[in-house]
Amino acid sequence: MGVHGNKHFLMRVGSRKNLQEAPLNEFSARVQELIPRLRRYARALTGERSAADDLVQDTLERAWNKLHLWRDGSDLRAWLFTIMHNVHVNQVRSRAASATVSLDDEAADAPVRPTQSDMLEVRDIDTALARLSVHQREVLLLVALERMSYDETARTLGIPIGTVMSRLARGRERLRFVLAGETSPATLKVVK
Amino acid sequence: MSRSRVTEAELHGYLDGELTPPERARVEALVAEDAETAQRLGEYRNLVEVLRERYDGVLDEPVPQRLMSVAPAATRRASRVLLRCAAVVAWLALGGLAGWHLHGMQAREDRAAAPSWAHRAAVAHIVYSPEVRHPVEVGADQEAHLVAWLSKRLGAPLRIPKLGGIGYSLVGGRLLPGDRGPAAQFMYQDAQGQRLTLYVRTNQEQSKETAFRFAQDGNVRIFYWIDRGLGLALSGEIDKEELLRVATAAYQQLNP
Repeated sequence: MGVHGNKHFLMRVGSRKNLQEAPLNEFSARVQELIPRLRRYARALTGERSAADDLVQDTLERAWNKLHLWRDGSDLRAWLFTIMHNVHVNQVRSRAASATVSLDDEAADAPVRPTQSDMLEVRDIDTALARLSVHQREVLLLVALERMSYDETARTLGIPIGTVMSRLARGRERLRFVLAGETSPATLKVVK
Repeated sequence: MSRSRVTEAELHGYLDGELTPPERARVEALVAEDAETAQRLGEYRNLVEVLRERYDGVLDEPVPQRLMSVAPAATRRASRVLLRCAAVVAWLALGGLAGWHLHGMQAREDRAAAPSWAHRAAVAHIVYSPEVRHPVEVGADQEAHLVAWLSKRLGAPLRIPKLGGIGYSLVGGRLLPGDRGPAAQFMYQDAQGQRLTLYVRTNQEQSKETAFRFAQDGNVRIFYWIDRGLGLALSGEIDKEELLRVATAAYQQLNP
């Protein structure tokens, strides 16, 4: 197909003057660079490969829908992770009717994903993570995997920094407890 | 906690590199004399290692194509048109059609969502494109009759874009009930039998908006636009870029 010589067409669809070709091109490439990181976080957050990639896909689609809200020069990684957080929380809320998942820190004492309990031996850390509240898991993973500072984490999730710290402390303590009780010591040998 | 013990905040802050050098020194000095806290710090640190060991491998996995193709790629088959249109696509109304299924004919006229005639185009695609024996009322072998008939019924001179050059041959067309009168559907298919439909209705609204718009319902993707008093919607179960390529070609055919 000839894509040249269609100036008329370009003028008609090119009315978004703030989104010129080159920046869009560059933006797209930068988004794609971050996809592996979004996948890593989503994998740890959901515990399942296909659910994680669905979450990434929903996040990317939403990002392109919200492109007009993107401010050049701001932190693209934080922007994308914020979108993923919103998409994920909405998904969790919509599943809340089945009462198997919880967002709240307080409810974390109950197993949040009982369907995975049979995989305890194979995936200790997955199972342990599943026992955290979504909120605790998010903070823990952004700090551990994305190596975000408390401040970045707070801005990404739209919560006060004090909340980041309390969720992190409670999440880590719970994870330590769960892993100590349910994994073989070999997987938890202390790294000096 | 007394001043001589490490606080929770200090312990985690130390682990995550959030402390100033004097604060770090304080934690280190206190932990050196506190075996229990030292043990806890070690376990927390180990947790971080376990998490990274478990999930960092995802970074090296090949990214599924479905994720790479969400964003309009800069390097892949990138044409000026695609990129320009991607800017328009950013304004699209994804998900509007899903609501239509739930609300039936009471679909809300949400400004952000696809218009009802685009919904009709999608449904007509879903209904007729899988049809084996009667996909169209008038076949491509009677193209002149098809054009004359549908132009008369819609009350507007129609033209059928020729898409054979990009691999889609005309199957034929049919008359459909539109939201405010007759509408037309032209069906195309490629060599593998993949079908696309172009839905045409007369556009009573005095819309000045001529940009390509995109919507999606399940597997059906739709680009729709207004052209000289006609509303056109191209539907197909192919990826967005390919559909855009065909929509662009159709547009060019109608606006030589």
